[in-house]
Amino acid sequence: NRVEVFVNDQSVWVEPGSTVLQACEIAGIQIPRFCYHDRLSVAGNCRMCLVEIEKSPKPQASCAMPVMKGMRIKPDSDVSKKAREGVMEFLLANHPLDCPICDQGGECDLQDQSMMFGSDRSRFLESKRAVEDKNIGPLIKTIMTRCIQCTRCVRFADEIAGVSDLGTTGRGNDMQIGTYVEKMFTSELSGNVIDICPVGALTAKPSAFTARPWETRKTESVDVMDALGSNIVVSTRTGDVLRILPRLNEEINEEWISDKTRFSYDGLKRQRLTQPMIRNEQGGLSTCPWVDALPMVADKLMATAPEKISALVGGFTDAETLVCLKDLLNRFDSEGLCTEELFVADGSGTDLRSNYLLNSSISGVEEADLVLLIGTNPRYEAPMFNARIRKAWIHNELEVAVVGSKVDLTYSYDHLGDSPQTLKQLADGSHPFSAKLKAAKKPIVVVGSEMFTREDGGAIHAAVSTIAQKARLTSTSNRGGEDDWKVLNVLHKVASQVAALDLGYKAGPDHIRNNPPSLLFLLGADEGVVSRENLPKDCFVVYIGTHGDVSAPFADVILPSAAYTEKTATYVNTEGRAQQSQSAVSPPGSAREDWKIIRALSEVAGASLPYDDIDAVRSRMGEMAPNLTRYNHVEGANYFKQAQELAQLAKPKLLDAPLKSSQLTLADFYMTDTITRASKTMAKCVKAATEG
Amino acid sequence: MSVSRLFLSCAKPWSPCGAFATQIKCFSNAPLKDQDRIFTNLYGRHDWKLKGAVQRGDWYKTKEIVLKGKDWILQQIKESGLRGRGGAGFPTGLKWSFMNRPPDGRPKYLVVNADEGEPGTCKDREIMRHDPHKLIEGCLVAGVSMGARAAYIYIRGEFYNEASNLNVAIKEAYDVGYIGKNACGSGYDFDVFVHRGAGAYICGEETSLIESLEGKQGKPRLKPPFPAEVGVFGCPTTVANVETVAVAPTICRRTPEWFAGFGRERNTGTKLFNISGHVNFPCTVEETMSIPMKELIEKHCGGVRGGWDNLLCVIPGGSSTPLIPKGVCDDVLMDFDALVEAQTGLGTAALIVMDKSTDVIRAIARLMEFYKHESCGQCTPCREGVTWMNDTLRRFTKGDADPDEIDSLWEISKQVEGHTICALGDGAAWPAQGLIRHMRPILEDRMKAYREKQGQKANI
Repeated sequence: NRVEVFVNDQSVWVEPGSTVLQACEIAGIQIPRFCYHDRLSVAGNCRMCLVEIEKSPKPQASCAMPVMKGMRIKPDSDVSKKAREGVMEFLLANHPLDCPICDQGGECDLQDQSMMFGSDRSRFLESKRAVEDKNIGPLIKTIMTRCIQCTRCVRFADEIAGVSDLGTTGRGNDMQIGTYVEKMFTSELSGNVIDICPVGALTAKPSAFTARPWETRKTESVDVMDALGSNIVVSTRTGDVLRILPRLNEEINEEWISDKTRFSYDGLKRQRLTQPMIRNEQGGLSTCPWVDALPMVADKLMATAPEKISALVGGFTDAETLVCLKDLLNRFDSEGLCTEELFVADGSGTDLRSNYLLNSSISGVEEADLVLLIGTNPRYEAPMFNARIRKAWIHNELEVAVVGSKVDLTYSYDHLGDSPQTLKQLADGSHPFSAKLKAAKKPIVVVGSEMFTREDGGAIHAAVSTIAQKARLTSTSNRGGEDDWKVLNVLHKVASQVAALDLGYKAGPDHIRNNPPSLLFLLGADEGVVSRENLPKDCFVVYIGTHGDVSAPFADVILPSAAYTEKTATYVNTEGRAQQSQSAVSPPGSAREDWKIIRALSEVAGASLPYDDIDAVRSRMGEMAPNLTRYNHVEGANYFKQAQELAQLAKPKLLDAPLKSSQLTLADFYMTDTITRASKTMAKCVKAATEG
Repeated sequence: MSVSRLFLSCAKPWSPCGAFATQIKCFSNAPLKDQDRIFTNLYGRHDWKLKGAVQRGDWYKTKEIVLKGKDWILQQIKESGLRGRGGAGFPTGLKWSFMNRPPDGRPKYLVVNADEGEPGTCKDREIMRHDPHKLIEGCLVAGVSMGARAAYIYIRGEFYNEASNLNVAIKEAYDVGYIGKNACGSGYDFDVFVHRGAGAYICGEETSLIESLEGKQGKPRLKPPFPAEVGVFGCPTTVANVETVAVAPTICRRTPEWFAGFGRERNTGTKLFNISGHVNFPCTVEETMSIPMKELIEKHCGGVRGGWDNLLCVIPGGSSTPLIPKGVCDDVLMDFDALVEAQTGLGTAALIVMDKSTDVIRAIARLMEFYKHESCGQCTPCREGVTWMNDTLRRFTKGDADPDEIDSLWEISKQVEGHTICALGDGAAWPAQGLIRHMRPILEDRMKAYREKQGQKANI
């Protein structure tokens, strides 16, 4: 049931209800536009996309005009061209001629389109308008004189970010975009308005005046600031990360990224470990060459009893390193491999993948009709996931309920309280909301991984998996009993966790607590889970990581490694999707890629690991967990029923302490890990968000 | 009122002249008799309240009209040939019939555009302050013809006394059961609400008015969807001018043939004309459509100040229509088609008369300043173009410009016209176009004089 329209007399078949602009796009004709954006509502106010349509007395805004059967569209006619040229002249009339000092230069829609569609001379003799700049926080620089009032930023704030901070004030030529009262644009997604601004009115404050887009090298990579693995482009010049931009991935982040992803890169340049260090006689740390540091660790490794060797990996550790570390410790008969982030060990624990994945996938939310969030604040733990829920909430009449802290999620929800007893009632069906869960055709239950760090994590897991399993059995897509619709979802907070669990790491430091180690490897484990105080006095601590943050100061040996922008590595996101980061710059100083450090260590310790390059590591990774090398593919999980039954074996009872998220306000969002703690920009954001 | 006046009802492209030109019957030129006036209390000499209104014939057999049903009312309006009095002149019967669709559960609304803001226009306020019951009865009749549940009267914020009178009249009508539940005992439920605007010209544009009524910024919406599909609060809506609505009951009572007996074919009925400017007695008067402009001015306004030969030009339909010079005014008829033929428009039928003492460039520049101030700023051509035209015209007033710039101003006005979301851009472009079309020599003389003066200064 498509309709035929004619674009420049060329026949095109399009979906009914699509716009003239889309029809032209299908015909291969790009219509210039400023206010129109695929993911925002249609404003139709820039008038740049005017095209002539036969039998229409006036040119029509193609972004807003629905196609009609047999419509004859003439995007290349004289009328269309003249209309565009006229609009372009008007847009340029009050646009300042400051392209040479404008950060948007080189990637400016106005610049590009005036070259393509504008006139080659000016007849504007009047004075230009000037607009006062606004201060909307430490991330976005505004030069409002450049604004062409397309209102993309206003619509982004209203529709995607769900924060009605931006708006227009004044009329006619005095119309301005702003916050009315000077305040910060308080959104975790605020940076995206920089990308959608078609001119240089909104630019990135942290990277102002640093580089021209044509001077930078762009590396396609993935983000590690949360467990979603948003796709990014890292812009670099002369070994410096200059900015981070989003990269389109419809499955994960669409074309947005969070502010933490976008702006925390300055944390990669500060507090970095650039030289190996060893503890000297005075008790301080002094730098040394690799040849001194590695044998020291190797000697310890060889001399320590297997059960006394342990490793704790942090949230940024890539899968390659996890594989190498596991192989190394296994060579020395140790199984003391732990992740810093906790997970339940009761029941089937991490043995069944369905227990720890976001099984219905990020984009799966758009199909759901009911989302139950348990003990999580997705807005700050996984902003792009929250944006997805909001999108579904707007477009699909999705219903949302929350058990946990009552926070502003940018959409309305049923708050079922924050008591763990609510979970029990939901599990046994005695809660009023259970009826809704039962009636839902495609329900989703999302539980924050933070809940499993509680003492009663096992009981929570048991309750949640029962809720999910019950809802799954009554969801329509499963009325046949087949595994189509997955209900249980775990939302992780750190990028390394799923790969680590896939590789058989023990979740949480319990093993270390129960078996006090004499040799402990810390791989970027900086969340304070272990400290000098809770380790044996004689424990030899080797810190392999990027930043001098929490753990490095008490290490005996520090081996500097590469951050996510500095290595080609594999990360598995919370859905179970393996993705690759690419090395955009080289590690600072003598820092090396993590897996190479471990490989080198193994050789010095006389137990050479059998791989010399990244490909060999990856083939080893494929042997251990084949899904880790199937890039961009989500390896689904099943055995929900069995997992749920096993979870009921959990020993502890539900406690009374409320289910509370640790990130409640915007100020809690910015500084959560080693990189963001080292970032000046993030510190400014915290200050701005706290002070308002 | 404003822009709406011009394109308010343009649900479909409409070409008023051309094909129908041959059908135009000869105008009788008979003066309007007092017994044929619809607005019998235009000057407020009688009681405007319910008692007076009933004495003048309002609310007479309204129940019967309502009971005859929507098809009958629509038929009467269609046969009367009534065209929207807001400025665009779209056939009212046709427009109201767009609401006549199978119900989908949403209520329908009539919105009365009482945001009379078009400079020179003062007809709706006379109705609302002196004959409010005509409007309220009209709301009921029009509402029934559309199947509307309620009418919202969006009244200009500055019309404080008018809103006050209107509210009193509505209260009276509710009290005697003319509106509300079981209106006039007909079994039809109909409510009337008054909403006061906040003083923006743009809110007279129909979609902008709807936005404003919903509590948002008054910025025009994109069409389609037209208000008849998605209007106020997302429900089917028709926006109609006060005068259009107010004449409907009288048409139903006195038959469409009576109404159609005035004026020319396709330009029928009586109309309120507002004459202001350089006439001896500025006034608002009800006259037949198609009355010659000269007759209108001579008969009701005591002629142009200093005699007809002292006339320079007339803006015939509110500030948005292009001016016409004396030569055209001599024999032009005051109706939609005749004025379109004269490259202008009837608009709101608000004549702004200028005699030869007028600085016409400054007059048009002042109008442009008004449009600049009232442009909502949403879409580019209007926001930038009108400001640009205003700046240029301000220089033209002094003569500080090159004659080539006259053509450039013409082009800019053409770049604004027809490229905007609503008709404000058109309304701003037309006065400038009228000025250039008819007053080019004055512009050029002014520039020449300015240059000479500058040259003298330079010589000294």
